[in-house]
Amino acid sequence: MEEDIIKIKNLVKKFGDFTAVDDITFNVKKGEIFAFLGPNGAGKTTTIKMLTTLASPTSGTILINGYDPTKQQEETRESFGIVFQDPSLDDDLTAYENLDMHGMLYKVRKKDRRERIEQLLNFVELWDRRKDLVKHFSGGMKRRLEIARGFLHHPKVLFLDEPTIGLDPQTRNHIWNYLKKMNQEEGTTVFLTTHYMEEADKVCDRIAIIDHGKIVAQGTSEELKAKTNTDYLEDAFLALTGTAIREEAVKNQAMSGRARAWRR
Amino acid sequence: MIAIYTLWLRELKKYFRSKSRIIGSLGQPILFLVALGFGLGPVFQKAGQGNYIQFLVPGIISMSILFLAVFSGISVIWDRQFGFLKETLVAPVPRWQIMLGRTLGGATVAIMQGFIVFGISFLAGFKLANPMALPITLVFMALIALIFTALGTAIASVLEDMHGFQLIMNFLVMPIFFLSGALFPLTNLPKALNIIVRLNPLSYGVDGIRATLDGFSQFGLMTDFWISIIAVAILISIGSYLFSKIQV
Repeated sequence: MEEDIIKIKNLVKKFGDFTAVDDITFNVKKGEIFAFLGPNGAGKTTTIKMLTTLASPTSGTILINGYDPTKQQEETRESFGIVFQDPSLDDDLTAYENLDMHGMLYKVRKKDRRERIEQLLNFVELWDRRKDLVKHFSGGMKRRLEIARGFLHHPKVLFLDEPTIGLDPQTRNHIWNYLKKMNQEEGTTVFLTTHYMEEADKVCDRIAIIDHGKIVAQGTSEELKAKTNTDYLEDAFLALTGTAIREEAVKNQAMSGRARAWRR
Repeated sequence: MIAIYTLWLRELKKYFRSKSRIIGSLGQPILFLVALGFGLGPVFQKAGQGNYIQFLVPGIISMSILFLAVFSGISVIWDRQFGFLKETLVAPVPRWQIMLGRTLGGATVAIMQGFIVFGISFLAGFKLANPMALPITLVFMALIALIFTALGTAIASVLEDMHGFQLIMNFLVMPIFFLSGALFPLTNLPKALNIIVRLNPLSYGVDGIRATLDGFSQFGLMTDFWISIIAVAILISIGSYLFSKIQV
């Protein structure tokens, strides 16, 4: 299982003269849970957008499951699932319909779709609520539903951009358990960003830390702690990225969509 | 093709689920039908133009389709705000199929709304001149619906939020409606107005519906048909191009 499922080489993304992602190179191994950490505005979301065909790189190469997201968009899109930072469900449809529609878009056959949806809704403990409109769901339920949706088409890689943000510890704990379980049972590679260092430490096999668009360190949690001579990942993170508070660059913020501005 | 069907189905489900939207968007056409139809009817009659309700109903049907179609197209903005758009943009499906599915769905909904208004117009005293022509009426209703859903989608693809919505309603949709021959005959218009009316794709849709329902046509049925078809082709092309360029 030493094969690399995500290969990123010299990846650059510029918005005008602002460089959001500055020549990053790293690989993610098949079947691992990989954390992509960094302060706000470091370039995490922009990188995920490039990996998931939503933004095109200024330069550099990406391979997801052997496909180039800039040239083989459909093959790439079939290879991954994604849970975005902001909710992306249709509030006017039921939980079941949201998953069913996803399955149809990903060309999962009807019978498989039905079985898979039942399995996943049971898995995230929402089967009883399958006929409820998503607009009546809490933030945590929506997040669980999105995770189920992300796994529905058996993706090789699941991207999650801050999957536990704003959720209570119980729900966060559940979400990490789901991810670990699916990672073990189905071998799905998980690529996530988070600000909860303790959770990243517990769950993730390897970590890359990005700051100001550059990878400042990568390795296992132990390696990062050893490198910085610290006992906790959070301290290692602060040692590597400094303690100054970051303001997200304006251009980057505009890029990440008005939706977030609206929610504030 | 299943993607097109999926998004079509989504529009229909959402339509049938929001009763308030169905009823709400009936208000304006009915108001126009009653206020103008009965209000201006006597004047119209005196001017020797015949029964105004007969003349007006094709215009009001077109209006209800126009409004709902643009509105359905514009819903891309809502999906952008509520995040659902991203889900469709990362799906392993060409973007034009997503756009086409949405447009067909929005158009279907608009046609149904047009039928409801059509039905109500009989209560206002509308009489069908030629029931055999109804299938052709449906064709024109569909063409109007497609043109303006695609237009709405095209506009929504370049707008980032709902702030521009009022602007579109007041400076695009309302003029399209008022300057289309939906409300008045196109004979003896001032020259400038005549040019605008002839550049407006809705004029041909209204004229086509009027030709089939009332037997009276300004441009001729074939002209109405071909110009509408060309408008559909152009707007769906522009719409899918702009939709495929959306960055989130």
